[in-house]
Formats: sequence, structure tokens, C-alpha cells
Amino acid sequence: MADESIKADTVLDAVAALPGVMVARRDLGELVVEAAQGDAYALFTRLRDEFAFAQVMDICGVDFPERAARFDVIYNLLSVTRNERVRVVVQVADSLSLTSVSSLWPSATWWEREVWDLFGIPFEGLADHRRILTDYGFEGHPLRKDFPLTGYVEVHYDDEQKSVVYDKVKLTQEFRNFDFLSPWEGMTTLPGDEKARGERK
Amino acid sequence: MSELAPRTSKTVEIDNHTINFGPQHPAAHGVLRLILEMDGEVVERADPHIGLLHRGTEKLIEYKSYLQAVPYFDRLDYVSPMACEYAFALATEKLLGITAPDRAQWIRVMFSEITRVLNHLLGVSSFALDCGALTPGLWGYVEREKLLEFHEAVSGARFHSNYFRPGGVAKDLPAGLVDDIAAWAETFPKFIDDVEALLTGNRIWKQRVVDIGVIPAEDALAWGFSGPCLRASGIAWDLRRSQPYDKYSEVDFEIPVGRHGDCYDRYLVRIAEMRESVKIIKQCLQKMKPGPIKVQDHKIAPPTRAAMKQSMEALIHHFKLYTEGYHVPAGATYTVVEAPKGEFGVYLVSDGTNRPYRCKIRSTGFSHLQALETLAKGHMLADTVAIIGSLDIVFGEIDR
Repeated sequence: MADESIKADTVLDAVAALPGVMVARRDLGELVVEAAQGDAYALFTRLRDEFAFAQVMDICGVDFPERAARFDVIYNLLSVTRNERVRVVVQVADSLSLTSVSSLWPSATWWEREVWDLFGIPFEGLADHRRILTDYGFEGHPLRKDFPLTGYVEVHYDDEQKSVVYDKVKLTQEFRNFDFLSPWEGMTTLPGDEKARGERK
Repeated sequence: MSELAPRTSKTVEIDNHTINFGPQHPAAHGVLRLILEMDGEVVERADPHIGLLHRGTEKLIEYKSYLQAVPYFDRLDYVSPMACEYAFALATEKLLGITAPDRAQWIRVMFSEITRVLNHLLGVSSFALDCGALTPGLWGYVEREKLLEFHEAVSGARFHSNYFRPGGVAKDLPAGLVDDIAAWAETFPKFIDDVEALLTGNRIWKQRVVDIGVIPAEDALAWGFSGPCLRASGIAWDLRRSQPYDKYSEVDFEIPVGRHGDCYDRYLVRIAEMRESVKIIKQCLQKMKPGPIKVQDHKIAPPTRAAMKQSMEALIHHFKLYTEGYHVPAGATYTVVEAPKGEFGVYLVSDGTNRPYRCKIRSTGFSHLQALETLAKGHMLADTVAIIGSLDIVFGEIDR
């Protein structure tokens, strides 16, 4: 166990010393690296070539609408030779683009297409920039927080036109989003309840 | 006799033509739409179009509490439902900072292996069916039904089991199930022998799959392969061994590895894995001790029905759990399990509320299907069917 933590720390230190790394830390035992948007590609090249991270297992986006750099793009890299994972987080503002890593890992192509499709983050140098999961001709980026859960359009078969047609989404029941953030052992503390909250912790 | 018409020569120009394979093709394993550019009968370019089964699972989960999110995972890889739940349960436990009790961990390992056999039975038999061998499919479904009965016994549902919960499992094993599973584990290796007698040495089968869709180890890594497909290319990488979770570090099993990375090796690895799974299931049955099957913190796991009749606090806990759910401390984790098809991961972001802020599902088949063009290029159309079969693709998880 002691040996493992020493080994882990050397990886952390080595990665933290790379150019372009803003923060490197262990979070719940997972190696997390925050990288600057401009330096990310150079960092990925070094991670792949010098640290043997031969696989990118997953690329995904996270939307934080209230932030200036609205999106996090998460790259989960895996090295099967070192048995190590690293999670690289790159922040990117709306309407800015990232450099595609599909030239480093061919498998990144579909993941980046997915991030484009669901979040609308464009990738420079991505050869195939089509949508991937949504419908042909779909508009919008559904995993953005400001995209409604029920969407904007629905399809149905129109007997007169003899084809499937798009229509505005019609809800038979109004969309209900319950607020469950009650003070029961929860995150919020009601005014005047601070003392009870303090005792509970 | 009239004069024969003068012989005319005709030049036929054969252009590359494009065909639409699927989305309603039985060998497309669901709703794969594959645009194939063919030069005669040779595949020049293969462009898979996915997303025809996209249901927006990740978006829906953002609007559900952690407990309500579990059933969505059954509907991802519907061939191996419990393996998907496993990843979510582990990710949530990691963020909550809890560990499931020993018995729950053994049950989860055992059912994860039962699910692996369940998946490989369908994977191998439908692969054989794609190549024209009908019998393994018929036999496989009979055997699968026995395993689905085990699923039904513990959870009440054959497929959408909703059994692995954050903090343990939903219910303890019913009386007698342990004996049933033990009896099945004794007879099952004989079944694998029978399937192997049909396929492994079969000349027709080998003509269809040997040296088809070869992917060398470096390419397999670059294309993000994992699980049996990666092991068939000769890389002994198994998350159950290299990054063990729950009780996998305490069970003894082998990791079958292929050498050529072709369709035949992917088939052989799956067959060998089923034998290893049976070994693990037997060990689980031996090592399992009576005990609690979920964490005893009733802020996370519900109290017993009996306690609710007596205790006001238990009743409140029950009510709050099934309306509000529990709050998960802010943080993020990428947690993976060795699902039957390969690495199945959940990237879970919590903002401290009772709902996941973001739940990204890393589906296994996504990477495998992406490599289809590399695998199928230069092969015949019929080989493409074999390659798709050997990758063991399920669209529930790819399209999410």
C-alpha cells in the first residue's frame, strides 16, 4: 500500500511539471489535470509519447452556464502498460474551439463528434465533423443546460402527406420539475437553523 | 438458316456503388445503419450511422435522483443489464464515500459474472447465427433462460432488474437460489463443450472467421478497444485484475488472451471467459457469508418494511429517500467496470444536490464500432457481417 502511494505521487509530480498543466491533483484517488486550452494539444502529445497513455477511453463535455468559460471538456486517458489513468480537464468558452486530438488517437474522432453534437463545441482539425447521436437535420445541442428536457420538436406520421413529419412538441401535461432541495439533512440551511445544522455535522 | 448477327462487344463499367446496410437488417444487431461503399463485392469504405436508438439517457438522468437513475442503466446494454448498473453504483458509492457490505459485494461479483455468461451466450450464438450456424443460437437461448431465471429470482425482472443499488443490492438472495446457481454451475461447462463441439473445430465456421477482421495490438489500443476485443489482440488487460473493484481481488481466475486479433480469436476469448466466469461464480458461492446486503445508514439505503411499522424515524427515512433521495457531496469521478463487452465507465459529476449534475456514460461498443471501417476495409460484404458479430455490439449502450 505504501509503495503504491509513492509510485502514484511520482506520476503526479511528473505530470504536474509538464508545460500547460495548471493544476494536477488526486481527487478520490484519481489523477486529475487541469490544462490550459491553448496548450492542451502539446500536453496530450507528451502524455501519449512520454507517459504511455496510449488510449483515450472517453471524451465528454460538462456545461456550466454561469461560468465565463462555459464548458469543461474531459479527456479520460488510460495507459495499459503503466496501469494508470489520468483525467484532463480543459475549460473552453462558448463559441471557441479546441484542437482535435483525433490525429493522436483515432478513436477520439467519434467522441469529439459526440461532444460537438451534444454541446456544440467545435474541434479544429477534426476530419469528420458531422453530428453523431441526434437525428439527421437536428438543431441545437441537447446536453446544454439551457436545452429543455422535452426538446422542441416531435415526430408523428401524417396520413395526408404519407410521411413522418416534424411538429412542435406538445405536452399533454405541463413539464414538472420538483424542487427537492429541502433542509432535511440537505445542503441548504434555513435562516435561524444554523445552530441545529452545526450540531448535526 | 439465317445469318448469325455479328458479334458485338459491350463494355460494362462497374462503378463503386453504395449500399445501405440496415437499420432494419437482422445482422445489424439492432439499429445500425451502415453505408457501405462497395467495389464489386469488396468493401471500400464503411460509414456507420448511429444514434437511431438515442433516447437521451444522459439528459434524463440529470433530472432524476440518484436512485431513480439506476433503471436507466438496465436499458443501456440490455444484454447485460447488471453490468451497467454496477458502474453507476460504484461511482455513486465513491462520491458518497461509502463501501457496500461484504455480502453485497459478493452478490454483485457473482451476478456480474452471471451477466457476463448471459452476454457471451447471446454474443457468441448470434455471431454464429450471422455466419449461418443456427443451432448454437437455439441452444444458447435455452441456457440463457436459466440465467434470466436467476435474475428474476433476485430482482423480480428478467432484464430490467434494477438490482445493484448505490450502497449494496436491492434484496438478499431468496431461499434456495444459492443451490440452484451451484447446480447450474456444475452443468454449464458441459454446455460450453457442446457449443465448442459445434463451432471451434467446425470447418465452415473457421472459413468464415479465421483471419477476418484482424486488428493488431497497437491498432486495437489506438482505437480504444477494451474487454474481449482487446484481449483477442494479445493484450492481457482486464480491469477485474488490474484495477479490481469489490471482491474481484479475492477471487482466482485466468485472463484468456488471443494471439491474432481476428474474429476467431474474439470468439475463442469469449468462450474461455465463460469458463472463467463459472469458476468465479463457484468461488463467490463458497466465500459468501450471511450479513447485511446494503449499507446500514438509512440516509442512503431504505430501512426494512418491518422497521417502518414500528419506528417513526424509519418511516421518515423511507419517505424522504423515495421523494427527495440522498444528497451526494460535490465532486467528480470516472469509475469503470469490466463489463462483458469491455470497459464500461460512468463519469459522474455531483454538485452536492440530490441529482447528478452530469452523468456521462462511456459505452463500450462506441469505440469498437468506430473501428469497423479499419476492420472491414478490403473484406467481402459477408465478412462485414462476421466482423460486426464478433464485436458484440448492442445499440442500447452505443446510442444511449
